[in-house]
Amino acid sequence: MKIRTIGALMRKEVLQVFRDPPTLVQVLAIPLIQLVVLANAATFDTGATRLLVRDDDRTTASAAMVAELVGSGEFTVVGTAIAPERIEAVLRRREAAAVLHIPDGFEAALARGERSAVQLQINAEEGAVAGLIQQAAQAIVERQGGMPSMLEVRQQGWFNPTRRYKDWMVPGILVSLTTIIGLLLTAQSITREKELGTLEQLNVTPVTKGEFITAKLLPFWMIAMGIFTVGLTVAKLVFAIPTVGAVPIVFLAAMVYLTVALGIGLLISTVTQTQQQAMFVAFFVLLIFLLMSGLFTPLEAMPDWAQAVAHANPVMHFVGLMRAVLVRGAGLAEVGPTIVGLGIAGAAVLGLAVVQTRKTLE
Amino acid sequence: MSAFRGLVRKETLHLLRDRQTLAILFLLPVVSVLLFGFAVRTDVRAIPIVVVAPAPDAATRALVARIAESEQFRLRGTRHSEETLDDAFQAGTVRQAIVLPADTEQRMARGERLVVGLVTDASDPNTGRVMEGYAGALLRRWHAERSGQAPAGGVTLLTRMRFNPTLESVNLFVPGLIALILTIVAAMMTAISITREKERGTMELLLVSPLRPSAVVLGKVAPYVVLGMANMVTVLLAARVVFGVPMRGHPLVLLGASLLYVVASLGLGILISTRAETERTAIMAALAGLLLPTLMLSGFIFPLDAMPRPLWVISHLIPARWFLTIVRGVMVKGAGLVDLWRELAILAAMSVALLGVGIRRLAIRLP
Amino acid sequence: MTAPAIKATNLTRRFGDFVAVDAITLTVARGEVFGFLGANGAGKTTAIRMLIGLLAPSAGEATVAGADVRTDPAGVRRRIGYMSQRFSLYDDLTVRENVELYGTIYGLTRVEIRTRMDELLARIGLTESRDTLVRQLPLGWKQELALMVALLHRPEVVFLDEPTGGVDPITRRRFWELIYATAAEGTTVLVTTHYLDEAEYCDRLSIMVDGRIAAMGTPAEVRSQVGVATLDEVFLTLTRAAVAP
Repeated sequence: MKIRTIGALMRKEVLQVFRDPPTLVQVLAIPLIQLVVLANAATFDTGATRLLVRDDDRTTASAAMVAELVGSGEFTVVGTAIAPERIEAVLRRREAAAVLHIPDGFEAALARGERSAVQLQINAEEGAVAGLIQQAAQAIVERQGGMPSMLEVRQQGWFNPTRRYKDWMVPGILVSLTTIIGLLLTAQSITREKELGTLEQLNVTPVTKGEFITAKLLPFWMIAMGIFTVGLTVAKLVFAIPTVGAVPIVFLAAMVYLTVALGIGLLISTVTQTQQQAMFVAFFVLLIFLLMSGLFTPLEAMPDWAQAVAHANPVMHFVGLMRAVLVRGAGLAEVGPTIVGLGIAGAAVLGLAVVQTRKTLE
Repeated sequence: MSAFRGLVRKETLHLLRDRQTLAILFLLPVVSVLLFGFAVRTDVRAIPIVVVAPAPDAATRALVARIAESEQFRLRGTRHSEETLDDAFQAGTVRQAIVLPADTEQRMARGERLVVGLVTDASDPNTGRVMEGYAGALLRRWHAERSGQAPAGGVTLLTRMRFNPTLESVNLFVPGLIALILTIVAAMMTAISITREKERGTMELLLVSPLRPSAVVLGKVAPYVVLGMANMVTVLLAARVVFGVPMRGHPLVLLGASLLYVVASLGLGILISTRAETERTAIMAALAGLLLPTLMLSGFIFPLDAMPRPLWVISHLIPARWFLTIVRGVMVKGAGLVDLWRELAILAAMSVALLGVGIRRLAIRLP
Repeated sequence: MTAPAIKATNLTRRFGDFVAVDAITLTVARGEVFGFLGANGAGKTTAIRMLIGLLAPSAGEATVAGADVRTDPAGVRRRIGYMSQRFSLYDDLTVRENVELYGTIYGLTRVEIRTRMDELLARIGLTESRDTLVRQLPLGWKQELALMVALLHRPEVVFLDEPTGGVDPITRRRFWELIYATAAEGTTVLVTTHYLDEAEYCDRLSIMVDGRIAAMGTPAEVRSQVGVATLDEVFLTLTRAAVAP
C-alpha cells in the first residue's frame, strides 16, 4: 500500500468536499441542529398530567387525596364533573389525559379499615407516558390510609444524581448524529464515482483496492471525529452534561467505532449501482441501527432474540459505552472488551468492502 | 394529454426496470416494520436484578422465587455482600439490587419492622422510576405473603388504559413508521431523482418537449406517489397480519390522509431539488429538512406535549405531525372524520401549498 | 523481432447469449499507431475494456506490453494509459490537481510531474488554464486534459477511445500531432475513431463488424482487400454487408 498514493487520493477527496459549499455547511450544521433540537425534544416529561376528577364521595378524605395528587406537582385538575358516557370522548379529544373516579363511601371505608379502590382511566396512546402517569398516581394513592406497613423500602438511585433525562440522552444523541452524517457521506462516495464515470479511470490505474478503500475512509473518518469532538464540546458547555468517567476513553472508542460505521457506509457504496439506491439502503440501515440500539427505547424491553440480534449492531455497543463511561463512570476495564470487539468488527467490515470493490468485471 | 401519459409511462418503466432498486424499495420497509414490531418496545421488562442477602434463609428463597416468576425481572443471581455491585452496575449488567438484612426471616416471624434496601440504576430517570415502582410492588407482595400481614385498609388504584389497553408499543410505532417510509420514498427519492437529472443535464431534453414544465414535473413524480402508496399498503398489511395492529377506524380516511401526506412530502422533495445542485446536496438537505424533523418533532417517539415551547410551535409546521395524529387516531382510537377534520384540513392545505410552490419554483428555474 | 505491444488471440466476450466480441485475433507492434474502427455497437469498446483489464474475457487470451490480461491485470495497468469515451476525470478539481493526482498514482516524483505537466500543457495549449476547474473548461479542452493524463507517465501502450469526438478541427489536428509525437517516442497507440480521415493517419487499422474483425492491415491493404478506393467506402461496404443478410 503506497502512502503517496493514499495521500494523493485523500487530498482529492478533501478538495472535493471543501469545494462543495452546500455539503460543507450541511455537514457542520445538521449535526449541531440535531444535537440542539433532539436534546430538547427527547423527553417524556409532559409536565403536570391534566386530570379530570369525578369525586362521588365528596369528603375531606377524598379532597385530601386529590390535594396530594396536585401537591406532588405531577397532576393538575382541569375539571370536576363528568358523565360516565363522556369519558371516552374527553380522552379521545385530549381534553384531559386521565380521569379519576373516587366512589361514594371512600372515606367511610378508610375509617373502618377496609380496603377501597379508586379508578383511573388513562389515555394510553403514548404507552411510555401512560406508564409514568400510572406510576405517579399509584405512588400517591396507595399511600392513603391503611395501617403503617411493617415493610420499609429504602430507595437509593445510583448515577445521574440530578435525574435529568437529558444527561442520559445526549451521549446517545452524539452517537446518532455522528453516525448519520458519517454513514451517509461514505455511502454515496463510491457510488458517486461509479455514476460519474471517474471510477473507471481509477480502475485502469495501478491503485489497489486496499489503497482505494483506505483513501475513501480516512477523510470522512477525520470529518466524523471532528463532528464528534465539536458535539461533545457543545454538550459539555451548552448542556452541562456530566462526564463522570474519563473522556479519553470515549474518544478512543469513537475512533474505533467510526471505522465500523463508516466501513458499513463504504460497503453499501460498493454494492449499489446508483446514488439513489445507496441512499435508500443507507437510510434504512440507519433507521434500523438507531431504533434498535437502545438509544430511544430500552434494550431490556426487546425480546431475547432481538437483543441477541442487537449485539450485531455497532451503534448499540457504542451508545452503551458512551452511557457507561459518561453517566456511570465506567473505566477501561469495563468497556475495554467492547472497544476491542468494535475494532474487530471494523477490520471485518473494511475487509469485506475491499473484497467487494471490483476493478475487473466478470 | 397523451404526451403527459407518455412521460408518466416512461418514468414508471424506468423505475420498474431497475429491479435492484425496486426490490430494495419494497423489501426494506416491510423488513423494518417486522423488525420494529417485534423488537422495539417502550415497556420496561426483564430488568436485570440481584438479591444481596448476607444470610440467605427461607424468606430470601421465597423472594428469589417470586422474582424468577416475574416477567418484569431477570434474576442475575444472589450475592452475599454489596462489594462487587459497583462494577456490575457500571458495566450495566445489573440495573437493580435488593439488599436484605441478615435477620429477615426472624424479623418477619416476630412481626417486627423490616428495612429493605433497593438500589436502582437511575441513569435513565424514567426507566428508573418505573423500575422502582415495580420493585416496590413486588417487595410489598412478598412481605405480605411471608409475614402473613395483609395490609388492612388502604387504597388500591385500578387503572384502565384506554385505546391501547396492552400498551402495545407497536401500535404507536407503526403509524410513525408509515410516515417515515412515505417520507423517504416520496420526498427523498423525488428530490434525488430530479436533482440527478439536473446534474446530468437530461432535464433539458424533457423541457424541449411540448409539455409545460409543471406537467413535466408532475409526470416525473407520479410513479413515486404510486410507489409510496403501495409501500404504505404493504407495511400496513404486514403490521395487521403479523402484529394485529388495530384498525378501528375507516381505512378510507387513512388512505386519504396518506395520499395527502405523500403529496405534501413530494412538494417538499421538489422544493429541495430546486435548491440542490448535486445529488449529494439533495440527500443531505432531504435528511435535514425531512427525515430528521419527522423523526424528532412529529411525535413519533417523543410526545409532543413534552416538548419545550419553541419546539412545540415548530412542530406545527411539520406535515408528519398532523399525519401521525390522524393515523393514530384512526387506527388506535377509531376516530373518524368528525374528530379529525381539523387535522385533515391542515394537512390538505399543506399538501396543496407545498406541491404548488414546489412545482412553480421548479418550473421557473429549469429553463 | 521484439515482442508485440498488444497481442490478442481469439479474444471473446459473451453477455448471456449475446456475443459482443467474437474471437478476435490481432497484433500491434511497438510504436505503431493502430486504428481500431467499427460501427457503434460493433464491439470496439468491449474489446478495449478487455485489453485494459476492466472486463474479463469469456474466452481467448491477450497480452498487453508483455503482461497477460487474465493473470496479471496489475502488470497491465502499470504499463498503460487510457482515455475513455466518456469524460472520466474530476471536474471539481483543477487541471493541475488532476494531473498531480494521476502523476502521483503512477509513481512520478513531484519534479517529474511538474516537468511533464509543463511540457504537455504547452504542447496542448492549456498552460494558462492550469488552475482552472475542469468543470469550467470547454469540451475540447477537457478531452485534451484526458489525453494528457493518459500520456503523463509515458506508458508503453496507450488506449484512446474516440479521443476526438465532438472536438473542433484545429484541436483534432493538435491531438494527432501529439499522438504521432508520442508514437515516435516508442509508445504504442491504439485509437478508435469515427472519423475515417483520421483512420488514414494510422499505420495499420482493423474494422470490427458484429464482434468480428472484418478487415485488417495498412490503409492501402484494407482498401485493396475490399476493392474500393476510399476507407469511407470500405466502411460502408463492410457494415452494409453485415446488415443485409
